[in-house]
Amino acid sequence: MKDSKFPHNKIAEHIQKIPKSGIREFFELVIGCDDVISLGVGEPDFVTPWTIRESAIYSLESGHTSYTSNQGLLSLRRAICNYVNNSFGVAYVPETECLVTVGVSEALDLAMRALVNPGDEVIYSEPCYVSYGAEIQMVHGVPVVIENTAETEFSLDIERLKAEITSKTKILMLNFPCNPTGATLDLEQLEEISRIAVEHDLIVFTDEIYSELSYVKRLPTVASFPGMRERTVFLHGFSKAFAMTRFRIGYACGPAEIIAAMNKIHQYTILCAPIMAQEAAEEALKNGAEPMEKMRREYQQRRNFMVDGFNKIGLKCIKPKGAFYLFPSIKNTGLSSRDFAKRLLEEQKVAVVPGTAFGKCGEGYIRCCYAASFEELAEALKRIELFVENLKK
Amino acid sequence: MKDSILDLLSRNARISTAEIAARVGVTEAKVNELIKELEADNVIKGYKVILNEEALNENIVRALIEVKITPERGGGFDRAAKRICRFPEVTDCYLISGDYDLRLEVKGNSLRDVAAFVSEKLSTIDGVISTATLFLLKKYKESGKILEEEEEYERLKISP
Repeated sequence: MKDSKFPHNKIAEHIQKIPKSGIREFFELVIGCDDVISLGVGEPDFVTPWTIRESAIYSLESGHTSYTSNQGLLSLRRAICNYVNNSFGVAYVPETECLVTVGVSEALDLAMRALVNPGDEVIYSEPCYVSYGAEIQMVHGVPVVIENTAETEFSLDIERLKAEITSKTKILMLNFPCNPTGATLDLEQLEEISRIAVEHDLIVFTDEIYSELSYVKRLPTVASFPGMRERTVFLHGFSKAFAMTRFRIGYACGPAEIIAAMNKIHQYTILCAPIMAQEAAEEALKNGAEPMEKMRREYQQRRNFMVDGFNKIGLKCIKPKGAFYLFPSIKNTGLSSRDFAKRLLEEQKVAVVPGTAFGKCGEGYIRCCYAASFEELAEALKRIELFVENLKK
Repeated sequence: MKDSILDLLSRNARISTAEIAARVGVTEAKVNELIKELEADNVIKGYKVILNEEALNENIVRALIEVKITPERGGGFDRAAKRICRFPEVTDCYLISGDYDLRLEVKGNSLRDVAAFVSEKLSTIDGVISTATLFLLKKYKESGKILEEEEEYERLKISP
């Protein structure tokens, strides 16, 4: 690779400008280490429930190896719309208002490409999933960041949102429960966001990928609030709730015009999501509720244990209401997020992700994923405690 | 609360009270108190190990035995069943529907042991009409645990 003479300036300019993912860099460091306890993952530690895996196997055995409709199997779209209606309180039409994608990431990409003109402003909040800023840049949009802080428990700061809205603002991007903080929105915030979106004629993207992993009473989606259905793109997938990351099935629900535009891009680039994964996803909606609930309860118990653990060690940690991440503060150690994570890995062999991988305001925090076995979590806490004690010496 | 504790104990009877306390968010003392209550109320009957006997290289022989019994007026199958249960060879005993009435799991040190138990003890009990013995050749799963787990699949250590 190093000997390659290909001139960097020939890479498309807007791609050159996108910074490398902070997670990638860390990934390289971890690769070389043995016996690492990893709290650095962004996926469930559970294997996909057997009934779902068995459906994928059956799909292959039955010779279902063809393309499906671009939008995805109609039976799956029906199941999705039914599920979204029952669980999130919005009714969509399977034929025209639902699109099955390769992971929710593709759905987000399609939504961006379908709606953003060069120069349009897209507001999103950090700390956030690594791809949002990059996604906006890839479609020549202008990323506008709201920095959420520990004071609001990393939930959306509505006052800052109001302050960032301009005549060029086209889209507001939401992701609650949030990766990496586990933050959620409350009813008041949802109402306020809806009011603001309607007033300023904003389109709202809501990435609901962690919605099922909620440890308080789950609220309806923002799309269900007055005036919101016609301006919201509901983005979701199977990866987190059903432990199906590798199946790569996501979906988008929204107004027919938006779904049609997204499908136009999807049909020319992806064609369709793999059929065996689609059939597995259908099984997840049919028979996956019970195993999903078991996993959710297990995450909840681990969350309680880990939050207590971090606070006892002296790394202040908010008890998040959703997802499977903690975002403890490491400010009192005096180390930067990157140094903390790097030294913790080198000295105690525990992998966490520096908060800065999720935005500048993640400085002073680390992301710890508790989708690991209880034994591993207990051992990781021990090692982190030792690490912090050693720092004091 | 008790449901959560029972769920955790059913999955791993050796789980520490400290871990139960941390998981369900109460004190260890409270967990101990609740477990004592569950034991006193006869909800928890005991704690057992799931052994992979093949890995121990012991030649223990197990058999499922179906037993046909003449039911008694007043007591049904209970008296005969209770009597059969007293034999230490019998590890499990159920009343079942179908052609037979009781289904036992029996453990012995050899084929001869089990055969002797059936012919000399079990068949001679008053009310036992007939038996069918099915020797177990291999156990794949017990109490929800697959005994020979496949190698674990390694995930990426860091992902977004």
